[in-house]
Amino acid sequence: MGMYSEKVMDHFAHPRNVGEMPDANGVGEVGNAKCGDIMRMYLKIEDGRIVDVKFMTFGCGAAIATSSMATELIKGRTIEEALGLTNKAVVEALDGLPPVKVHCSVLAEQAVKAALSDYYRRQGVDPEPIVGKLTEDCHACEGGSCGV
Amino acid sequence: MDRIVYLDNAATTPVDPQVVQAMLPVLTGPGGNPSSHYSIGYEAKEQIDTARAQVAAALGCLPGEVYFTGGGSEADNWAIKGTARKLARQGKKHLITSAFEHHAVVHAMQALEKDGFEVTWLPVTADGFVRPEDVAAAIRPDTALVSVMLANNEIGTIQPIQEIAAICRENKVLCHTDAVQAVGAIPVNVKELGVDMLSLSGHKFNGPKGVGALYIRRGVLPDNLIDGGGQESRRRAGTENVAGIVGLGAAIELAVGHLEEKQAHLVALRDYVIGRVLANIPETRLNGDAKNRLPGNANISFAGLEGETILLDLDMRGICASTGSACNSDSLDPSHVLLAIGLPHEAAHGTMRFSFGPQNTMEDAEYLCSVLEEVIPLRRAMSPVWKPLA
Repeated sequence: MGMYSEKVMDHFAHPRNVGEMPDANGVGEVGNAKCGDIMRMYLKIEDGRIVDVKFMTFGCGAAIATSSMATELIKGRTIEEALGLTNKAVVEALDGLPPVKVHCSVLAEQAVKAALSDYYRRQGVDPEPIVGKLTEDCHACEGGSCGV
Repeated sequence: MDRIVYLDNAATTPVDPQVVQAMLPVLTGPGGNPSSHYSIGYEAKEQIDTARAQVAAALGCLPGEVYFTGGGSEADNWAIKGTARKLARQGKKHLITSAFEHHAVVHAMQALEKDGFEVTWLPVTADGFVRPEDVAAAIRPDTALVSVMLANNEIGTIQPIQEIAAICRENKVLCHTDAVQAVGAIPVNVKELGVDMLSLSGHKFNGPKGVGALYIRRGVLPDNLIDGGGQESRRRAGTENVAGIVGLGAAIELAVGHLEEKQAHLVALRDYVIGRVLANIPETRLNGDAKNRLPGNANISFAGLEGETILLDLDMRGICASTGSACNSDSLDPSHVLLAIGLPHEAAHGTMRFSFGPQNTMEDAEYLCSVLEEVIPLRRAMSPVWKPLA
């Protein structure tokens, strides 16, 4: 028995929606290389619905699996539904994560929100009242243990 | 999983079947207490004495200079804390060590810092060495101990302990070396090295876990770390782990036999992997000097990747290795060893250690390379920080 659930290992071994998207209309990136996690999320939104999503992730197994699961959970959904995505939902959909890896699911949630914020900015809309404030960096790394 | 290729021999090693054979009669026999005064107690005492002689023969010291412990970490803690506490009573409260020691040394030193000791953490060179001149420059009148490892556990570089010990001797400062990675991998003779104390651990050379030893040169008297009964000449209390000690003795005897042939075998595997990986996979780098390193150690950074992903990809294909990445530990900081040799955090996160043992074959090395050649490009293709060369 490893540290990860079968679901996590499945998404790690066969990540869904990997790649870049040149015609995305919302792109968000969170994390930093110093901490060892960077997630970039690409969205194609049409009529308020996420018609396509792709991700690129630098990070551990959990970072790849949470990115992959987050894309599955928002693909085909409305913006409102995607805004309601929580890290907890990602963790549950993956049948749990080890406690030290929960921050990866937070990053996945933040990556979706960062991409949605970018979408709103491109539409000339201030995203903050809609998406909320983002913690795009893992500030807690400075303290040595990530408490995000 | 039909095939397991174990390439993490620096973490631990499988117990040699001959070691198991040596331990079995101890485990299944009458099992007397070595301190008891009847025949089966004497028998256990003799078994320990035999093991002590085996360790002494391997290290080139007297049997009376070998003290069994509960492992390498205990030996390090004893040497460092025992010496510090003893010499503090003579007003010596300064210790010298390096920035890339094993955690057993790092954390023992940090514990002493909390108790008011002052520790000098020597920097290391980019190719992974402590400079003897830095040791000389750091010694003060109140220096109690210098502790520098014989071989680094992550990058495998072999430290100039003979020179460091000579500097200590000239300055009348005690010298300890953590030789946990070195014993059984390279020739280790305490008299040639000139150290006052040396730590070793059984499970790193195909012996059992939970047993180690501290060589203490005759006349050197660190305070006890574990107080209690009169075992180990009243210097390390606790009823002896007889089976473990017998196993350690058998293992060290096997490990130092035919050492040159074993080294040549490991060097061949190591250099094959380093050469092929660096040639076939772009933006990879070897950490630590290419020549003056443990025969079985290859430590390689893969740009644009995080080590845990490589670890998992290898595990899915039956290969066991380890990573310097933070994601494999409870902290989020990458390996202090890799940071000490100047690797940026990003590169440290993408670092793997492959450590070979005598049981590994060239087929294992070829399999590792072909798996890396397959998985590294796949993972890099999904990494937002990987920028392939134009």
